[in-house]
Amino acid sequence: MRREPARGLVQHLPVIFPGLMLTVFFIVPFGTMVAVSFFRRQQGGFYVPDFVLANYARFLTPFFGNVLIFSLYLAIAVAVVSLIIAVPFTYLIARSRRMTQVIWLVALLSILSLSEVIIGFAWSTLLSRTAGITNLLVRLGLMEAPQALVPGFGAVLTGMVYQAMPYAVLVLYPSMVRLDPTLTEAARTLGASPLKAFFTVVLPALRTTLIATLIMAFIFALGSYLLPQILGRPSHWTLSVLITDQALYQSNMPFAAAMAVFLVLVSLALVALTMFAGKKLEA
Amino acid sequence: MGRLLSRLYLALVGIFLAAPIVVVTGVSFNEKQNLAFPPQGFSLHWFAEIFVNPEWLRALVASVLLAVTSAALAVAIALPLAWFLWRRVAPWAQVFQLLGVAPFTLPPVITALGFLTFWATSGFYGQAWTAVIAHAIFFVTLPLVTLTLGFSSIDRSLTEAAATMGADDRTVFRTVVLPLILPYVVSGYAFAFVLSLNEYIVAYMTIGFVRETLPIKVFNALRYGYTPTMAAVSVLFVAVTAAVFGLIARFGDLPRLMGAMSSKD
Amino acid sequence: MSGLVLKGVSREFGTVKAVNDVDLEVPNGRFVCLLGPSGCGKTTLLRMIAGLDVPTAGTISIDDEDITRQPTHKRNLGMVFQSLALFPHLTVGGNIAYALRIRGLSKEEQARRVEELLALVHLPGYADRPVAKLSGGQRQRVAIARALAVSPRLFLLDEPLSALDAKLREAMQVELRQLQQQLGITTIVVTHDQREAMTMADTVIVMQGGEIRQAASPVEIYRKPADTFVADFIGSTNLIDIARDGDRAVLLGRPAALTLPYGVSKATLSVRPEDVELTAPSSDLPEAKVTFVRDLGGAIEFFLDAGGTQVVAVTSPRARPEVAIGDRVGIRLDPTRSVVLTR
Repeated sequence: MRREPARGLVQHLPVIFPGLMLTVFFIVPFGTMVAVSFFRRQQGGFYVPDFVLANYARFLTPFFGNVLIFSLYLAIAVAVVSLIIAVPFTYLIARSRRMTQVIWLVALLSILSLSEVIIGFAWSTLLSRTAGITNLLVRLGLMEAPQALVPGFGAVLTGMVYQAMPYAVLVLYPSMVRLDPTLTEAARTLGASPLKAFFTVVLPALRTTLIATLIMAFIFALGSYLLPQILGRPSHWTLSVLITDQALYQSNMPFAAAMAVFLVLVSLALVALTMFAGKKLEA
Repeated sequence: MGRLLSRLYLALVGIFLAAPIVVVTGVSFNEKQNLAFPPQGFSLHWFAEIFVNPEWLRALVASVLLAVTSAALAVAIALPLAWFLWRRVAPWAQVFQLLGVAPFTLPPVITALGFLTFWATSGFYGQAWTAVIAHAIFFVTLPLVTLTLGFSSIDRSLTEAAATMGADDRTVFRTVVLPLILPYVVSGYAFAFVLSLNEYIVAYMTIGFVRETLPIKVFNALRYGYTPTMAAVSVLFVAVTAAVFGLIARFGDLPRLMGAMSSKD
Repeated sequence: MSGLVLKGVSREFGTVKAVNDVDLEVPNGRFVCLLGPSGCGKTTLLRMIAGLDVPTAGTISIDDEDITRQPTHKRNLGMVFQSLALFPHLTVGGNIAYALRIRGLSKEEQARRVEELLALVHLPGYADRPVAKLSGGQRQRVAIARALAVSPRLFLLDEPLSALDAKLREAMQVELRQLQQQLGITTIVVTHDQREAMTMADTVIVMQGGEIRQAASPVEIYRKPADTFVADFIGSTNLIDIARDGDRAVLLGRPAALTLPYGVSKATLSVRPEDVELTAPSSDLPEAKVTFVRDLGGAIEFFLDAGGTQVVAVTSPRARPEVAIGDRVGIRLDPTRSVVLTR
């Protein structure tokens, strides 16, 4: 079976169905959305095909500026915290016995089945004043009185980190588990403690995966729509919340679309920046 | 000392990961219709409620149907594409690979909105199959990634050996490639299935006004009326997912499917 | 003619000529080894014979049938790959029966033939074993059995023994040779190990830089290498420059009773260490100083410095001359056992 370019219709057949599906049902909807972002909104919730920049102009309000900056800030925080927790965690799992690895993997995959709503609900309970962690700490004598940690920025951060963790671990896992164990052994024979070996040998070797995980967690967090509402105050609502709000409840599709396009562009820009920074570090 | 710290760290993170599940499970056992934690009273009737209450049952069926069909469609899109990219030299086809990965990397609300505008403009808004397509495209990344991984792990000399023994292209695919790629098809399907089951916003924006899937119902329940049923639903989903992946682990090589090299020899 | 014939076969990858204008004839029933260092083009050549690669020039035919562009699966071959390429999803029996299965043979027929082949490779009763549970040597045999299932007309092997340890390798070399003799099947083995080639083959084909340097029986290759590359690659040899002085040949500073071909002013003499004799110093023999002696148990090596040229001599322990490091000796070379090389 030689690997050559495809010739003739029959050989191209396999790619026609996926190609068609992806073009029609991804590019077209996305394109439609971009187009709609330029349409003019009419009273009553309809919109007419047009080309106006009014929708994009609404970004220039301070309100928007704040929401955007907060959304980015939150997403970066979630990405960084998730990475910091996930990296040692995955590293330890990857070095465990096979049975242990399987158990952790099944557990992590099961957590994936928790919907955002339930995660929000569970954390709102765990961080509440009546039935949460603080109650436990009071019982143990480590705290004086129970406190409500929700709603609040910390709560939103916790919930979103929780949601991102399984994905972060599952993305880091392949690279961690394929890491050559003799690398760290060599470092140790050269005098590095296990911790030092981890920082000076393992992390640099995994640089690309770490960046990829960071980017993935960032984009994930940027898209979070429910958790900021469940665990946070209105000041913690992100761009995604606003987009949905405008699209469904304010019936302002063009504006929602404009925000969505903007969000995508900003995400892409940040991703490009991170990759560029990563390459610079290499040099 | 190092071992102890490692174990401690794993335990702490483990507790962090398990805590919400503990809460949810506890809540689902509540006797009365409130979401008290620790639970007051003990009752399993909320689990039964899922299957007995017509609204919840309808939502459950809708969710399962959506998950079964959209995961199948996602695999149907991903498999030929992944195979084509592996079998042929086709740099231009990599565009489709990018397209396959894109929906998942975008914030879900974007994809949801995209589909909303698309279906609204094309006039098909509200039909059940629109959600199937939306979910299939949204989740196509998962089988695409697992299948790409799977194909790349197939030793090409196996296909060459089969050819020397008289197998033409179709026979090679049928007797060598397909059996080796099957675990990855299954895991890709399982991923797409599990995620579809719990996906809220895309489903909501495509058919939310017409039909309720479980996540939609759960969210509405959260807003308008609390019942432990939704907690019971979550526990059920977690249990099902654990069972599905547990089976995969039992009969297959789960670490390998998740990206490890072969653990055998 | 009957058998495998290659005419003018070349394979270019961009500007690199992996195989350069090769002519080859392998009569039916012969055991041939393609021997050479890595990168010499032997594997590429084998793959073209198998149809896994297509020549950029030249023709390949079997029994007068042109198969140059024929797809692999129609060529009726059996091939053993370097990685063995055993199907991990099939048992031993499943692997061996593969070719039979896709040709539609009945289950009983398949089982019968599988047992036959397992007996041939000395693994009776292994049909239901999973492939992953076999040792290296056992996997080797399964790969061989699988390739021979449909009694192909060509048996091709690409570095088949490279993954085995030394002792097992040597045992397998003998077994492969015996198997081939038993079946009478035309066999081509690619290897970089010259001892392997010398053990198994009827004809050894030495390749370098995409070209065939020499194709001959092992003994002939050893005794009469065609050029300095072959002489040096096979076994060990001393390569000594011959210069011309008028119409006489000069070797190691002394006139030598050698005939240089007409018109050639420079040549190389290849003489194997076992054909170098050490004598007492004499005025009509080249002289050398013993610089190192290596006692290998079964043989003794003497490293000699003959006026700047290193010469190595080997003797058996019984015929060991009484010399020590630093002694001066005379070198006698047997003209019937040395070869004059012009390339």
